[in-house]
Amino acid sequence: MQMVDLAVIGAGPAGMTAATMAAGAGLSVVVLDEQPAPGGQIYRAVASGGTARADILGKDYVEGAVLVQGLLASTARHERGAVVWDIAPLDEGFEITFSQESGPSRVAARRLVLATGALERPIPVPGWTLPGVMTAGAGQILLKASGVVAGSAVLAGSGPLLYLLAIQMSRAGAPPLAIVETQSWRDQLRATPRVLGALRGWRTLFKGFGLLAELRGHAIRRITGARNLAIIGTGRAEGLQFTTKGRTQQISCDTVLLHQGVVPNTQASRALGLEHDWHHGQRAFVPRTDIWGESTHRGIFVIGDGAGIAGAKAAVPAGELAALQIAHQAGALDKATRDKKAGAPRKRLEAERSLRPFLEAAYPVAAQVLAPADTTMVCRCEEVTAGEVRKWAALGCKGPNQTKAFGRVGMGPCQGRYCGLTVTEILARSHDMPHSAVGSYRIRMPLKPVTLGELALLEPTDAAE
Amino acid sequence: MNSAFRDLTPAQQLVPVTLDGDELMLPDGANLAAALLAYGVGVFRGTPVSGAPRAPYCMMGACFDCLIELHGVTRQACMTQVQAGLVITKPKGRDHADG
Amino acid sequence: MQADYAIIGGGVVGLAAGWGLIRRGQKVIVIDGEDGSFRASRGNFGLVWVQSKGLGAPHYARWSQRSARLWHDFAAELGAASNTDLCLEQRGGYDFHLDEASLAAKVRQYEMLREELGGNYPFEVLRSNALRREEPEIGPKVAGAILHHQDGHVNPLRLLRALAADIVARGGHILSGEHVEDVSQPDGFRLTCRSGRVVEAGKIVLSAGLGAMTLGPKLGFKAPVRPQRGQVLITEKLPKMMNRPSGIIRQVDEGGIQIGDSKEEVGLDDRTTIDTTATIAARAVAVMPGLARAQLVRSWGALRVMSPDGLPIYQKSRTMPGAALVTCHSGITLAAAHARLLPAWLEGADDAPDLEKFSEQRFS
Ligand SMILES: Cc1cc2nc3c(=O)[nH]c(=O)nc-3n(C[C@H](O)[C@H](O)[C@H](O)COP(=O)(O)OP(=O)(O)OC[C@H]3O[C@@H](n4cnc5c(N)ncnc54)[C@H](O)[C@@H]3O)c2cc1C
Ligand SMILES: Cc1cc2nc3c(=O)[nH]c(=O)nc-3n(C[C@H](O)[C@H](O)[C@H](O)COP(=O)(O)OP(=O)(O)OC[C@H]3O[C@@H](n4cnc5c(N)ncnc54)[C@H](O)[C@@H]3O)c2cc1C
Ligand code: FES
Repeated sequence: MQMVDLAVIGAGPAGMTAATMAAGAGLSVVVLDEQPAPGGQIYRAVASGGTARADILGKDYVEGAVLVQGLLASTARHERGAVVWDIAPLDEGFEITFSQESGPSRVAARRLVLATGALERPIPVPGWTLPGVMTAGAGQILLKASGVVAGSAVLAGSGPLLYLLAIQMSRAGAPPLAIVETQSWRDQLRATPRVLGALRGWRTLFKGFGLLAELRGHAIRRITGARNLAIIGTGRAEGLQFTTKGRTQQISCDTVLLHQGVVPNTQASRALGLEHDWHHGQRAFVPRTDIWGESTHRGIFVIGDGAGIAGAKAAVPAGELAALQIAHQAGALDKATRDKKAGAPRKRLEAERSLRPFLEAAYPVAAQVLAPADTTMVCRCEEVTAGEVRKWAALGCKGPNQTKAFGRVGMGPCQGRYCGLTVTEILARSHDMPHSAVGSYRIRMPLKPVTLGELALLEPTDAAE
Repeated sequence: MNSAFRDLTPAQQLVPVTLDGDELMLPDGANLAAALLAYGVGVFRGTPVSGAPRAPYCMMGACFDCLIELHGVTRQACMTQVQAGLVITKPKGRDHADG
Repeated sequence: MQADYAIIGGGVVGLAAGWGLIRRGQKVIVIDGEDGSFRASRGNFGLVWVQSKGLGAPHYARWSQRSARLWHDFAAELGAASNTDLCLEQRGGYDFHLDEASLAAKVRQYEMLREELGGNYPFEVLRSNALRREEPEIGPKVAGAILHHQDGHVNPLRLLRALAADIVARGGHILSGEHVEDVSQPDGFRLTCRSGRVVEAGKIVLSAGLGAMTLGPKLGFKAPVRPQRGQVLITEKLPKMMNRPSGIIRQVDEGGIQIGDSKEEVGLDDRTTIDTTATIAARAVAVMPGLARAQLVRSWGALRVMSPDGLPIYQKSRTMPGAALVTCHSGITLAAAHARLLPAWLEGADDAPDLEKFSEQRFS
């Protein structure tokens, strides 16, 4: 098996930057991403969408094309449609197993960068499993990658992505019927003291204000302080129900696009057994990393949103910093040059991160999502309710791996991506324990399902009969 | 079929696929989940647990609610590209699985 | 906290014994470790299995058979009490062979054991056509199978949950997230947990699985158990493909095909490896070619609790009267015996089974 200097998993802004820079420093680099083209979530299909789509998606989106071109022009080898499903530490380096349409392959690398990005936070509200309910991110992906837009949609939840998506849908000629937001003016008030800190990330902050202004221009109905969100409908979504000021209302629609912010995708970092910490502001676990992005396991770096949500603008400097340290460790860059070059990206990273406490306070996760009602389904795959999880907690289950054994919550094909944080929240409340002590699911291979036939192809030859 | 979605760039090359035995035309190279939604397929499968109807939720390969069968193998529609000749089956879910 | 019995370890062994003791009117506290501790009870294959157990040790074969016989009643009682379907099926189980030689060798071993057991060892050999009539998905590479009529399977996680639920419903206590660090016997027993918590009890049962390696000697046991890793695969939920379980492939009640398992001496390491999972997958595909298209959803490694000869250990402490060590590497199979027969032995009652042959003395 070939051994490269660096394997990067994820070709979003973080991974593309790290790979391009490391390749530029003379390292042999392979980039693995399951999508058909580089770009990650934010710059999805950026190279193929054409100008019509660029008009809808905005200037930022097009900036991603520069990153993609940089990667493709570099010596880094980019594997398209490569689903990484196993990563194993070797005596020296790591072995990564991935599948493409042609079948499974393995590659060994001295160092590893995990740049697997973010996932939408789980949003367990009544009816969230009905056809016609999607994440706001999904609504945006449909627009970005496929030029498909929901005709009669309500956006619900909280966070700036809702505004951005509403604008993009409006530009596409299909404005949403309404934006129903769970945060209240009290949250916004509580967030104001943090504006000062956020000013260091003023460029991004101002863009946010610009968004709000454009949103007003589109005259979309906005409701804030909504509680008790529930999707109504039999067999599919027919509308959104919610309460404001003590009054229950309904809006009929075909599509409900939910959002409660994004959280780090920690499947790979968990499977590798890296240390994670509970981040109170983001209400999520984040892998523990140093200033270069190196995790508690030497040689594994975690960067971008997967290392804690900070946005695409932060993902680029994080990629630069990791590349500098990796080049240094590999002997391709001396310490003084590394430190000199690290100054600028570190500043940009800090500036972007300084925005987060403000956003976290202004758009907090809705109470009903953190503590779902007993009858609300929390595990979409195995169809397990919050009440069942609480029942097992009462039988003594103190951690998610115990409730999983008792009731299959987290055992389905998504491997807990859309129930893990909810179960941690529920158990923390049931036992009055800190989230860090409750912990999270043990993630196992395969990170994404693989057929037994494919797996069998990797049988060691001396074991074959 | 009536779709809850609109295709903004419909003038693409269409190719034939079959869905539960019926032939339909989808844009070549398109994301399969998006193409099916735009075509008007509202429900992709019944769950193996209760038979409940499901359709794409995340569109990024994480939720596994867009599962369909392609030539007899379960796949995520949102991670699949349309090609001529795809044989697509909607998993029927529990009542069927108990058989 | 005070109880008649403190059970150290809330895996299937400790819970089954604890449930049985409560049923006999004892006050029970179960103390169980952390969310991430090694738990064979959470990672096993779910077989209630008789064949191949006790080759060269007929007393173990008899003990397994006795438990298998009790399983039906046990599952009915526990299931009704906890309102849980344990999905027990005891309609026989297979041992598949890819070549004639290994099949013939196994048959010879079974015939010998059958003799030692006075004929009570109902198995038959199914060759290609007969086997495919029973199991149409079996592929042409399989030379034949042994069908043993005393075998079966159960949902082991539901068993675990049902035991816990019924222990709590009957007034027992389960303290989880507590790790017993020390035990003293000033008068009764005093168990000190890592958190500082203290539990007092008249008697104790050490059923801590691999935890017995460190705690055992403190209680006067040799506790010569070691970890042995098994890797297991589970597929997506599929329509019915199999009518009976085999030792390496079974369809679980939810529909997934569970495939196992390896036997690896790697110490306290419960990770999975591609080499082993790929080998397991290749064998499964050789047996049932249709599985090649099934999606693998998850794999795991779990550590068996192995004694030097693979047989259970039931031992009462000489230095700390009132303490008993209970451990085995077939805790699912033996759960019925542990729930129904073992409590009398723990109490020293007249109706206690004779477990002398399973004492630690055999390792001296
Ligand atoms: C659905 C969604 C929509 C968003 N929309 C916006 C937006 O409009 N504006 C904005 O500013 N921010 C948006 N964000 C946030 C933005 O995506 C991130 O800030 C930014 O993309 C982070 O970059 P990254 O490089 O860390 O990760 P990403 O860009 O997410 O890249 C991660 C990459 O890793 C790949 N990957 C993950 N796991 C595997 C695996 N096992 N095998 C192979 N490949 C794998 C993924 O396919 C993906 O391409 C969105 C986030 C999400 C989840
Ligand atoms: C891969 C595999 C497949 C198997 N298949 C089968 C099968 O098909 N049929 C069958 O009959 N058997 C099978 N087994 C064996 C069966 O799973 C075990 O015999 C059984 O689970 C052992 O249960 P236990 O309670 O002794 O141990 P465990 O389940 O390991 O439980 C021990 C418990 O003790 C706790 N503990 C440890 N130390 C302390 C301490 N100091 N203080 C407090 N608590 C402590 C731990 O937290 C743990 O919960 C299999 C095992 C494996 C690994
Ligand atoms: S829609 Fe979530 S995996 Fe395809």
